[in-house]
Amino acid sequence: MNTEILGILAMFLITLLLALPLGKYIARIYDGQRTFLDPVLGPVERLFFRISGIDPNEGWSWQKNLVALLVINGVWFLLGMFILMNMNWLPLNPDHNPSQGAHLAFNTTISFLVNCNLQHYSGESGISYLGQLYLMFLQFTTAATGMAGAALLFRALRKGTHKTYGNFFSDYLKTCTRILLPLCLVMGVMLLFCGTPMTMEGKQQMTGLQGDTLQVSTGPVAAFVPIKHLGTNGGGFFGANSAHPLENPGYGSNMIEMVAQMLIPFAMIFAFGIFIRRRRMAWVIFGVMTLGFLALAVPNTYMEAKGNPAIAHMGIGNQLGNMEGKEVRLGAAAAGYWSIATTVISTGSINSMHDSHMPLSGMNELLAMMINCFYGGCGVGILNYFIFIILAVFISGLMVGRTPEFLGKKIEAREMKIAMIIALLHPLLILAGTALAAAFPQYTTGTLNNPGFHGFSEMLYEYTSSAANNGSGFEGLGDNTPWWNITTGFVLILGRFLPIIGPVAIAGILGSKKYIPESAGTLQTDTPTFGFMTLAVIAIVAALAFFPALTLGPIAEFFSSK
Amino acid sequence: MKQFLWPSIKLTLLSLLLLSGVYTLILLGVAQLAPGKGKGELIAWKGKTYYANIGQSFTDDRYFWSRPSAVGYNASGSGGSNKGPNNPEYLQTVKDRIDSFLVHNPDIGRAQIPVDLVTASGSGLDPDISLQAAKVQAPRIARLRGIPETSLLALIDKQTEQPLLGLFGPAKLNVLRLNMALDNLK
Repeated sequence: MNTEILGILAMFLITLLLALPLGKYIARIYDGQRTFLDPVLGPVERLFFRISGIDPNEGWSWQKNLVALLVINGVWFLLGMFILMNMNWLPLNPDHNPSQGAHLAFNTTISFLVNCNLQHYSGESGISYLGQLYLMFLQFTTAATGMAGAALLFRALRKGTHKTYGNFFSDYLKTCTRILLPLCLVMGVMLLFCGTPMTMEGKQQMTGLQGDTLQVSTGPVAAFVPIKHLGTNGGGFFGANSAHPLENPGYGSNMIEMVAQMLIPFAMIFAFGIFIRRRRMAWVIFGVMTLGFLALAVPNTYMEAKGNPAIAHMGIGNQLGNMEGKEVRLGAAAAGYWSIATTVISTGSINSMHDSHMPLSGMNELLAMMINCFYGGCGVGILNYFIFIILAVFISGLMVGRTPEFLGKKIEAREMKIAMIIALLHPLLILAGTALAAAFPQYTTGTLNNPGFHGFSEMLYEYTSSAANNGSGFEGLGDNTPWWNITTGFVLILGRFLPIIGPVAIAGILGSKKYIPESAGTLQTDTPTFGFMTLAVIAIVAALAFFPALTLGPIAEFFSSK
Repeated sequence: MKQFLWPSIKLTLLSLLLLSGVYTLILLGVAQLAPGKGKGELIAWKGKTYYANIGQSFTDDRYFWSRPSAVGYNASGSGGSNKGPNNPEYLQTVKDRIDSFLVHNPDIGRAQIPVDLVTASGSGLDPDISLQAAKVQAPRIARLRGIPETSLLALIDKQTEQPLLGLFGPAKLNVLRLNMALDNLK
């Protein structure tokens, strides 16, 4: 077996092995049990709560939790706008980079706030170190917001009838201090020894071996990259993201970053199973997600490693694969695998340029974001998947003629309406956005980097990435224009907060319902059969809604290529 | 809503202090123990310092060339060409690169040119080339420098970085290190 494939297998297995104990730990945190970091972090958290005037033990209704979530996100947004629009006179700006204009700052702040990190600027020239450090802060808080939302779901789905679902502020802070921060410190140190820089000095002058003068951008990269991956954010410190040789110096750092981005999404599934005391269900969910993931990742790894036929026709040695937009130290196979890992999860970091991938690789990346729940982002992955579970329960219930029930709670019209709205919102945002962009060519065609079908794919990718809060792009798109900054900005907000509010509301409504003990007539939801049912629902919703758009972009490109 | 506003603002400022402040300072401290004291991996050579991981443009026929770059190896920025795989303009560029390579390297056949030498990297700063990319340049450099080709191939062999732990990822050569070793070869 070759070393590139072996590297990929190792990355997957290491993630799984680390996720099992981490899942157990996360379940303990949200359950309020003692953990080994209590003596160090307990006093810090208590101090924070005392100064902020928050009683962390006060349980809130789901509505109250959601309001707290939205208010604090609003504060983060306003502070972000202020910092990004005033970087030129604020401290920590050794390269004298300019402030961002209003629409770019709007897009950047929103995009980091919602775990997307679309980045219509380049890290080297478009932001100061202060801006980078604030964006790094947002990468912590947005992951914590998603995970706190998931924690609320965990509590609601536990056996019994509930009135309160924990306290958002407490879940947010504990997610930061107990889960994200310790993991980031460990990973940051590992990256430092892989050769990732960590300095507050500005650009460095250097003379090349051939005598040309060069400048090299550096910065506090080793602090930024861990949370970018552990928080499934994906916002790069440099423009080239994890293809940049300082952000991802070698195959070792690539493995670390790959494991880091899948770690918490894996662990959240196991934490869910442990928390609601149904481990079997967690394994079924994990199985379905893995099946979906592999169905996309295997072809991409294969296609990228096989290379571009149009270049093979030129008669050169094409054994290395499709190397346009890829790095020699990482190789084409690892780039193909990464391209799906980063799109099924909402990371959106890249280690190769997706715009230069083979047409059907691009299609799989789009599909991964259109489905958006195979593993999924920190916390929100499981929230998205929950919507499909509700749909699958309802449909299976109708098929066998039983009242649809999930975990002892009846699913009724109100929950179904919310689930349907959320399931349809995602295609609506993507397709309506792309349709608008195509309908106003005066604002969009000039920004495309490639002609024909591929150009259409660039626009489709931008809205898909926004709605899925992913953040990767077909980066050839010249996206720093008012059109792209503003339209994607709104898609980002809607694509983030409604898919948190919806599932949390359903969970809250279910949580307060009467618990019906299981009987012989109950639909079993922790069996492989039900798993396949969920997979079928996902496939139908995604395929039917998106197939026409995919046909116009990557599929047409594939069939028209020689 | 109002009841959450002050707690939110205070909690934001405190966590900002912890997550952007304390966390960054800890890593800045640890960086002093890391290679290059937090500046990344540096190579000092003949009184000058180079970044080991930042690729440089090598266009002189007497050196091993690095890969094409969409940003001209200017590390104050980074990025790829972002050309689609079937973009006609892009395919023409690749053809031109092949032709120009053959002009500079008349001793080799077209099929010997590896794809990494005619495609641009993702970062535009790729410090590495593949084994084949080094070997295919050996006849040219041997001719221009008057060094036997066999000692160049031995040099390439010595400079090859094997996969991680011999198990994971591709083998590669750092072009800067290779060219320094080449200059040392008299």
